[in-house]
Amino acid sequence: MKTLEATKLADLAAALTAAGYRVIAPCQRGDQVHLECYQAGKTLRADVIPVNSAKDALFPRSEVIGRYRFEGNEFETVPVAPQAGKTVLLAVRPCDAAALAPLDAVFNWDYKDEFYNAHRDATTVVALACTAADDQCFCTSVGGSPDSTANADAVLRPADGGKRFILESLTDKGQAIAAAGQAVLTEGQAQADPPAQVAPAFDSAAVTAWAKDGFDSPLWKELSLACMGCGACAYTCPTCHCFDIQDEATRREGVRLRNWDACGFGLFTKHAGGHNPRHDQASRWRQRVMHKFAYFPERFEMLACTGCGRCGRLCGNGMSIREVCSQIEQAAQAGVK
Amino acid sequence: MTMTQQEPAMSNLYQPTVMRIASARDEAPEIRTFRLEFTDDQYKQDFYKKYRVGMFGLYGLPGAGESTFCVASPPTRTDYIECTFRRTGRVTAALQDREAGQTITFRGPYGNSFPIDQWKGRNIIFIAGGIALPPVRSVIWNVLDRRSEFGKVTIVYGARTVADLVYKDELAQWEAMDDVELITTVDPGGETADWKGKIGFVPTVVKDSAPSPEDCVAVVCGPPIMIKFTLPVLTDLGFAAGDIFTTLENRMKCGIGKCGRCNVGSLYVCKDGPVFTVEQVGKMPQGDL
Repeated sequence: MKTLEATKLADLAAALTAAGYRVIAPCQRGDQVHLECYQAGKTLRADVIPVNSAKDALFPRSEVIGRYRFEGNEFETVPVAPQAGKTVLLAVRPCDAAALAPLDAVFNWDYKDEFYNAHRDATTVVALACTAADDQCFCTSVGGSPDSTANADAVLRPADGGKRFILESLTDKGQAIAAAGQAVLTEGQAQADPPAQVAPAFDSAAVTAWAKDGFDSPLWKELSLACMGCGACAYTCPTCHCFDIQDEATRREGVRLRNWDACGFGLFTKHAGGHNPRHDQASRWRQRVMHKFAYFPERFEMLACTGCGRCGRLCGNGMSIREVCSQIEQAAQAGVK
Repeated sequence: MTMTQQEPAMSNLYQPTVMRIASARDEAPEIRTFRLEFTDDQYKQDFYKKYRVGMFGLYGLPGAGESTFCVASPPTRTDYIECTFRRTGRVTAALQDREAGQTITFRGPYGNSFPIDQWKGRNIIFIAGGIALPPVRSVIWNVLDRRSEFGKVTIVYGARTVADLVYKDELAQWEAMDDVELITTVDPGGETADWKGKIGFVPTVVKDSAPSPEDCVAVVCGPPIMIKFTLPVLTDLGFAAGDIFTTLENRMKCGIGKCGRCNVGSLYVCKDGPVFTVEQVGKMPQGDL
């Protein structure tokens, strides 16, 4: 089997960079760890779940989808084709890899979104099996597991008490990674460490069942009281994919941008005429939960939550979808509508 | 990938086509109609392959952005498309400032359509209020351009004041047609000295005219308050909820089932709609409407 010394993750990143990949890996940034483009000198951290999710590499927070030039009162459009360089998501968590399924679904269910697909096709996913979890992790409550290889092209498994990784290739793309990283990999034996224990937080089927008739529940108001509507949960979520389209222009030229948006924002659904279907934060939080646990399963037969726990880690008011779902499950058990 | 390999030709779903404004007409205060001609023949051909009445498009001006309006002209008119819209925000203001001869952008057609082929032989009543005549008008002309296929055609159209009525020329045309019954109304206080139509709110006027529900479909578009009070009138008259059609006007950005903005429950209004029966609307989570 192919192994990699734990201290050589950055060397693997460097080898892949040298082989022409854009390497997105968990990099130390101040006292945080972010999934970002590896560059020589950066410290990689496989022991901390990064603040941001892997979706950033496939669905950038801001992406040019149109260009134009102005000449007086006239304009001309300049064709923009999706462009994506060969990318590897190195040491991303199984919950990040799992999120590719809902993203693939929504960006391809009818019209095929060429921008997303260009990034997706150019991307190789090297997952990192989790041997430790924190108190926000709940992948096991939403159909995942800490050592899942779903959507991964290769997986790094911590081994020998964390001294090294085992690199398992699962697809041709994964094998290309093993080949490109050959110089820093060793052929040998190692004992994979046991996966993290992630205690079940709630029963997602119970949440989905309750949500089916739960639209008008008074519970939403209570559940959403702490929400400030900042959108951090959506931005850090690996599956949230709502976006806005905005133009930015000077007198001579301009771009049309696709920017992340969030259903938690008050303006998200507001009509130009003033009417706003989701006029309060309770209705917006309801949308967030219902979309992930009721609407998305109804439409695409999968949950739009992978249990990464980022929303809970990042929320300035200590809210999390994990906590809310636990409360919904309790309400369902108590027969509260 | 080596340089010798052919990269697959990539298109861009969000790339609009450029349309020339053939003519611009002010309909009412703040409301303007553009007649638009395609500058790209391929786009035009693709458009007419897909276009069915009720579908919508994204109209835009680079630098300002895009707005969603219905295609207000029917698929039976193949030289141009039209759109009619109110000056409401930044994008619509920038669009309205364009003049004949200038260009704007367009993407579409998107969404579902009115199933008018299933209405053959049936009577149709069109009920519209204010700026909601444009989506109904395309259906009206589609039906009138294929007049012999349908039964009795009744149009009830109301606005707040006489000045707010749109398509005044066409109202006169419909008025003059023997095989169309046109009822126009303005809200009390909105009439002028020479106003010959009715005075009253749309729901009341529909109630008084008492259209027969027999073998009849209704198309109802208008401000939420008009819809709210018109539907019970139709129900009382005996119209089945499955025979009453309307359009939802949720805010949209992509128009193609991606951006998440128009969701009502698990539905994408941009893909599953914008045309729904009142029966379908009744099953939606009302708090999302």
